Amino acid sequence: MGKLLRRTFLIGSAAVAGGVAVGFYMYKTPYPNPLTGDADKGESVFNPFVKIAADNSVTIIVPRAEMGQGVVTTMAALVAEELDVELADVKTEFAPAANVYYNRAMLEEGAPFQVFDNSFIAEMTRDIQGVVAKFLAMQATGGSSSTIDAFDRMRTSGAAARAMLIGAAADKWQVAAASLKTENGKVVDPALGRNIAYGELVTAAAEQEVPETITLKDPADWRYLGKSQPRLDMAAKVTGKAGFGVDVRLPDMLFATVRMNPRQGAKMTGMDASAAEKITGVIKVINLGTGYAVVADNTWTAFKAADLVTPEWAKATYPATTDAVFASIDAALKAGGGFNMRDEGDAPDAIAAASGKAISARYTAPYLAHATMEPMNATAQWTDGKLSVWCGNQAPTSIVTQAASMFGLSADEISVHSTYLGGGFGRRFETDFSMLAARVAKEMDGKPVQVTWTREEDMRHDMYRPGAICEAAAVVDGQGVPSVVFRVASQSPIASTFGRLAGAITPPGNDKTIVDGLWDQPYALANYRATGIEVDMDIPVGFWRSVGHSHNPFFHECFMDEIAHSSGQDPLEMRLKLMQPYPAAVGTVQAVKDMSGWGTPLSADGVKSRGRGVAFCLSFGTWVAQVVQVADTDDGIRIEKVWCAADFGTALDPKNLEAQMMSGIVFGLSSAMGQEITFADGAVEQGNFDSYDAMRMNQTPDIQVRVLQTSGKMGGAGEPGTPPSLPALANAIFAATGKRIRQLPLSKEITFV
Amino acid sequence: MDIKINGKMVSIEADPEMPLLWALRDIAGLTGTKFGCGIAMCGACTVLIDGEPVRSCSTALEDVSGEVTTVEALEGEDGALHVVQDAWIEQQVAQCGYCQSGQIMSAVALLANNSTPTDADIDEAMSGNLCRCGTYPRIRAAIHSAAKKLAEA
Repeated sequence: MGKLLRRTFLIGSAAVAGGVAVGFYMYKTPYPNPLTGDADKGESVFNPFVKIAADNSVTIIVPRAEMGQGVVTTMAALVAEELDVELADVKTEFAPAANVYYNRAMLEEGAPFQVFDNSFIAEMTRDIQGVVAKFLAMQATGGSSSTIDAFDRMRTSGAAARAMLIGAAADKWQVAAASLKTENGKVVDPALGRNIAYGELVTAAAEQEVPETITLKDPADWRYLGKSQPRLDMAAKVTGKAGFGVDVRLPDMLFATVRMNPRQGAKMTGMDASAAEKITGVIKVINLGTGYAVVADNTWTAFKAADLVTPEWAKATYPATTDAVFASIDAALKAGGGFNMRDEGDAPDAIAAASGKAISARYTAPYLAHATMEPMNATAQWTDGKLSVWCGNQAPTSIVTQAASMFGLSADEISVHSTYLGGGFGRRFETDFSMLAARVAKEMDGKPVQVTWTREEDMRHDMYRPGAICEAAAVVDGQGVPSVVFRVASQSPIASTFGRLAGAITPPGNDKTIVDGLWDQPYALANYRATGIEVDMDIPVGFWRSVGHSHNPFFHECFMDEIAHSSGQDPLEMRLKLMQPYPAAVGTVQAVKDMSGWGTPLSADGVKSRGRGVAFCLSFGTWVAQVVQVADTDDGIRIEKVWCAADFGTALDPKNLEAQMMSGIVFGLSSAMGQEITFADGAVEQGNFDSYDAMRMNQTPDIQVRVLQTSGKMGGAGEPGTPPSLPALANAIFAATGKRIRQLPLSKEITFV
Repeated sequence: MDIKINGKMVSIEADPEMPLLWALRDIAGLTGTKFGCGIAMCGACTVLIDGEPVRSCSTALEDVSGEVTTVEALEGEDGALHVVQDAWIEQQVAQCGYCQSGQIMSAVALLANNSTPTDADIDEAMSGNLCRCGTYPRIRAAIHSAAKKLAEA
């Protein structure tokens, strides 16, 4: 009985919180603990997240991808806090692909309710989505959800292991468990002044009954949480020892690269590989149907030989040029229809009635590539019909599902070994790179093959942030309160992504990411409508850091700026007024007002002019306001300063949250300054950082971040820094130059230093 | 081909046109140096040749005429880290970490030539090193911190 309980404990406890009447029993049925095999290695496995060995070493299993966001450290801190061990001494391992590590919080974020909507129906739907997450069992890193998802689960796993250790000591000493305490890796008996290290207790502790109820520490007693912790992965990352996907080295490993049809998804109708096959070191050229692979004894030889293959490519099934792509989006917008994610009062009537007084604007955003620093890659090996894959990825269980479908395997015939990710940003949620490696390795007689893409292959075979067009209209009443209509058209990232995942069912209903950043913002407006129009095109699109919140806030917050200026209001004060019912929103806007000295005159010393712009966005549960200051110089616009205030509800690691905000800001400003994916003859024109660059050291502004914790509900960190940065920059440029730029990248109309 | 890498002569059998990056990674087994772009635009592959920062993805083996130093050699045999690595840890610079070997090698070269770099010097030396995580503010702080420690030493 003890054994069964041990396996079921975590899921059982989650089910109590997340169960609903329909399918409750099935939902409660636990997933097996994938670590039980590790018990043979002299470690006691307490639950899917904690292993303790006789030498006192503690290993914490990290069920999420470390792609820069610091998740390894925060996950370990959650367990170490309750287990009562030294955080700096714990070891971490990335979890295997297993259903027990499903991400409930990520799918909750996908529920169609505003973060500030705590109504019964909203809470129920979030719970049901959590149940769906378990049925889908997605072990995924995305939606800025890792810490939110882990907060209870990993603390509970640490606390349960601690209780079992105390129980073992109580049995050994024949005293009541309640009389014992723990101190940093030891169980202590204060009455008799004796103690015993966890390592000496592990065998007996693992046989203890798992406690039915757990009391977690009062946050006031937290030792690690709420305080900045040194990152556990930092030393490895400054010494070159951190293992990324490209660093996997296996005995007899071969090196390969792929070249797929640049008209994505279309076939390869012919191939002449004779020149490539003559190159010394080339082992095999493989026809993959929609492209080819070259396998060699080193990566560079594979790259060089791949250039010598002459393929014949079929045509794209989507419009062949950027103009034609945007003409399709525009046609969908003109055709009308779509879905209203928010429709309060009667905004269209109010605007129609105010003949001549209404303002309107048309905004556009381009397709964007993720351009992670580490190009796509994966290593695969087939042994006795079983597949092993090594790679940095955001969704290990999707790799299993996809490979099972593609190769007719059962899940237990596929193992996924997750490495550090050299950037993710949503790109490594996909399974294309791991499946290509598996297909190439299948041709290589059991040898492991590492398939590394060139930068050009990576940039031209992305699942892009979709391009979008937005039409906005507004009229302002006598109190300065606008009635607003937004209509936005783009492809659906949800439909495109789920269409690629084997066995996945596209979530029912409209893709709210098309209008995220419009409908879900905390502006109290009596007349407000946000309409989304889904454009049907075959260009692969996906999740790009902050998804719909990556471009819609540019439309929303720039248009709010236009509304303020057109009605003689200060843009920041207007936001304070319209967000008045939402204290967390007001708090962040007020914070950046104070930090930036908003309203005080800016000198134009040494430059043509200076200006500040403000923007706000609530995304992934975190409330973020930013002010950007720019200077207009003889060499172009220089971004001088960014002030950011973010309300996370609960801030588990303030210095890491600061880093995530800086990161999101640089990511967003990089895209605003010059990134654009364009199409010609059906292929993406950009290939490398010479045509698709990002912010550099010499362009980086001073960034000040204030971390707030008032909202009452924990928000995410990886993405929410990005959304306000683009509109705050555009609004600052308007303030400095009087030029209103309504298209991204802003470099279409101005030059940056 | 014999090349001195991290203080040792290493015999590398490869096409002389092979970029140094791939000889380090796929032949010499030194994976700390990273592939990012292949055209010297991102700096992830930065190593030192006779102390000067070089983009190893665009330097053919036949053109390597001096001693190569990679990130693996910054750590002393006693495990002590280079002052720049210590500064990186102190400032908690790295996020995904993929570009950081290259960033650190560029910073080591900068400080070797200029012990009191200004912000403008840092811009000049570091703008060839791309970081998609946006760690630039902390890189700048870490370089200033390392310079201060070198001055005190």
